[in-house]
Amino acid sequence: MKNNSTPLSRFWAEFRENKVAVVALVVVILMMLLALFAAFVSPQNPYDMANLSLMDSRRPPGFVGSGGYTHLLGTDPQGRDLLSAIFYGLRISIQIGLAAGIVSLSLGTTLGILAAYIGGRVETLIMRAVDLQLSFPAILLALVIVALLGQGKAQLIGALVAAQYAYFARTAYGAAKAERGKDYIEAALATPMSGRLVVLRHLLPNCTPPLIVVATVQIANSISLEATLSFLGLGLPVTEPSLGMLISNGFPYMMSGRYWISFYPGVALIILIVAINLVGDQIRDQFNPRLRK
Amino acid sequence: MSDPVLSVKDLKTHFFTRAGVVKAVDGISFDLAEGEIMGLVGESGSGKTVTGFSLLGLVDAPGRIVSGSVKLKGTELTTLSAAELRSLRGHDISMIFQDPIATLNPMLTIGQQMRMAIDAHERLGARAAEARAAELLTQVGIPSAKERLRAYPHEFSGGMRQRVAIAIALLHRPAVIVADEPTTALDVSIQAQILFQMRDLARETGTAMVWISHDLAVVSSLASKLAVMYAGRIVEQGPTATLLRDPRHPYTAGLIASLPAMAAPGTPLTQIPGTTPSLLSLPEGCPFAPRCDRATDTCKTDPDMTHQDNRGWRCFHPVTRTAEVPA
Amino acid sequence: MSSFLSIDNVSRLFGPNLTTGEKIAAKLGSKVETRSVRAVSDVSLSIRKGETLGLVGESGCGKSTLGRLIAGILPPTTGSVTIDGKPVMENGTKVTTRVQTVFQDPFASLDPRMKVGDTVAEGPIAHGLTTKGAAREYVAGWFERVGLDPVWADRYPHQFSGGQRQRIAIARALAMQPDVLICDEPVASLDVSIQAQIINLFLELTHDLELTCVFISHDLSVVQHVSDRVAVMYLGRIVELGPVAEVFGTPAHPYTSALFGSVPKLVLDADELVHFETIEGEVPSPLSPPSGCYYHPRCPLASEQCSAQQPATQPVAELRAVACHHFEKQLAKATA
Repeated sequence: MKNNSTPLSRFWAEFRENKVAVVALVVVILMMLLALFAAFVSPQNPYDMANLSLMDSRRPPGFVGSGGYTHLLGTDPQGRDLLSAIFYGLRISIQIGLAAGIVSLSLGTTLGILAAYIGGRVETLIMRAVDLQLSFPAILLALVIVALLGQGKAQLIGALVAAQYAYFARTAYGAAKAERGKDYIEAALATPMSGRLVVLRHLLPNCTPPLIVVATVQIANSISLEATLSFLGLGLPVTEPSLGMLISNGFPYMMSGRYWISFYPGVALIILIVAINLVGDQIRDQFNPRLRK
Repeated sequence: MSDPVLSVKDLKTHFFTRAGVVKAVDGISFDLAEGEIMGLVGESGSGKTVTGFSLLGLVDAPGRIVSGSVKLKGTELTTLSAAELRSLRGHDISMIFQDPIATLNPMLTIGQQMRMAIDAHERLGARAAEARAAELLTQVGIPSAKERLRAYPHEFSGGMRQRVAIAIALLHRPAVIVADEPTTALDVSIQAQILFQMRDLARETGTAMVWISHDLAVVSSLASKLAVMYAGRIVEQGPTATLLRDPRHPYTAGLIASLPAMAAPGTPLTQIPGTTPSLLSLPEGCPFAPRCDRATDTCKTDPDMTHQDNRGWRCFHPVTRTAEVPA
Repeated sequence: MSSFLSIDNVSRLFGPNLTTGEKIAAKLGSKVETRSVRAVSDVSLSIRKGETLGLVGESGCGKSTLGRLIAGILPPTTGSVTIDGKPVMENGTKVTTRVQTVFQDPFASLDPRMKVGDTVAEGPIAHGLTTKGAAREYVAGWFERVGLDPVWADRYPHQFSGGQRQRIAIARALAMQPDVLICDEPVASLDVSIQAQIINLFLELTHDLELTCVFISHDLSVVQHVSDRVAVMYLGRIVELGPVAEVFGTPAHPYTSALFGSVPKLVLDADELVHFETIEGEVPSPLSPPSGCYYHPRCPLASEQCSAQQPATQPVAELRAVACHHFEKQLAKATA
């Protein structure tokens, strides 16, 4: 056994052994970098209306537009360079996915751990509410909330959080309930130490592995849920298209041979979601002792 | 002595893990005669449980039996197919586990489970099967056996559940039973009852037993011979009384001397220094050498089993003094 | 005899933990178990400073619960536990650091995600026994005390063997500088060759630090070795109490006698198979304990009086007490 290895370095050593997961991780990181530096790598700023020319709209990949450069993936109905639009769309999708993921992770974890630690009425109240919510499809819930709150980034994130925090709450509750009964929690409480300290220093860190797994999966879910909402026209305004919106924009032209408008954003979305899920699968396998050799 | 019912020769079971090859069982040999009980003693990680599983062909990947032979009544078990092994298991050789909860199906009554165990190997009418089941439950000390057949596992106490597991293991009068710490989870008073009964059952039915335990005292009151395992090998074997009274291997001697009963109350116990080695990084030569006060340079090579009369030990520097018998 | 650790008429009831569904079912007249279990029933003990009291009994006898009541992990339903006259718990909250616990399973009692040095330092920092800056040195001192290399403080529990983990757990308890140590089966999950090491460490530390101890174990030979006095529990009650040698040598309660008789001993003469003295039957369910003396259905000495009346605890000799109507008969049998 390797000594003086931190749990993190051991985790990475094992993670490295799955080549598929490593490639997926590289893809995820690459896409995040592209999203982050979209403004520098894109040939065009697709949000700047002054840059767009309707003359360039719906042109196939390889077309040299009025800007004087080649549109590698063609253009969309507004005349945007599709490659640039995808980079910017990625940025919005990842932004919203991450924001929704982080907010629902914090909210759900807090609720789940409180329910497990305090028990009694609080537990019943929180967990019944969570169960009730889990019995509705997330997409339905998100649709209703967007319809009520209206469009916009904050509203969209709010809808995604409302649809997803319950998964985190369930997971955190389950993990905390199991850890709560273990001797090391009792040993810490018996010192005596305050409940708040024990929760923060012992209970929470030991509940993180399953939460990380759920978080990766849910971030991917947030991204696809956002894409779905945008596709249905309930997402962000047309001026700042996310991947879902780009797909939606190209949809009417699918049958007229201008496949690229929907196709390339779709490919980008699929690659992103599959890559995140592959990374999530590997993390889950590593945390699950039963799958270990 | 007649031919042994179970004969194990140089059995090796290794596990091929990502961290390396774990030689959980590394060349053990022993014979077991009809009605004989052998205690297989060792600490956690000594390979005693894997030995038990190997005898029944129950080793799962990444582990497998790499060499050696297990002969049950003359039949070589290591070369049998999975189907052939299944037809032997429960019929000619069976196993009792530490935790009876894990081996009994909570959704079926005891009677149904015993019936299934009977049907697996024999065609018996419903009435005959029930009679057999009830008879065995009575034999292992379960009162009003007929009624209890209709009970579910959760309606039994831990001790009673273990008795049911024993009864199921005995259903087909197997030649050999491998018992893996079956009384460890039980209270002392229940343990005493079961040990007492198992001894009688072995004598009455002629079933031979391999009794796996970490507790020297338990096996000493049950087994007529002992095998002490350390790091995947048997380091000493022989008749119980001789071995306990006059241990030759320093590890056996150390185990016996470290028992609280061997020292006056309140005085320091004789202790074996160090910890049990990881099977992934065994020292060169004798695996006990780093913890042994008798070790010399010779111990850097692996000692073979030295045989003398009906006992044997794997040590270059065996203990020769007679162990002190406690008052 | 001056009492340092006093346990006065302590009882602990465990109510049935009903779910909402079961509560409704019970209201509708379904067969739901609503009785509570008296895990510890009216136990009084007084333990001198520096004394080690062994607590023995079979599973479910309440010895672990009693240990947790004394350690301030569980509040008693009635009665109180005091150390040097000061209560261990007030209003269900532990208010002292003078009693610390060593748990049975060192694989479960250490936080797997915390460096062991931090685990040991945590309590002392929280209670001002050391400061964050001095913690390293403070922990190193305790590590040395329990036979661990101080450089190991930066490792995680998984890097240690069972025996080493138990040393860490002992260091954690001792770093709180307690007067009283509760050891709940501290060697039960350790390998035989490691048990002796931990028992020796325990003997050395309790002597050097003048600790008062409650040592809980199902292993009578371990209790016999480390304890000054021993209390035998059966179904939540203490049935016999006294100096170890006397209780195990000449048991005054039939249960003690039977319990001791059923422990397998190292048999050095196998030509003659030993005959166990086995106890008939099993421990009754604590949900519906028998009337009178809880042991009477299994007791060879039981009379009508035993099923009618619960025996009072009465002194047998100096420092010895027993709760049995027929202890004189039992003593006569034991000394014969």
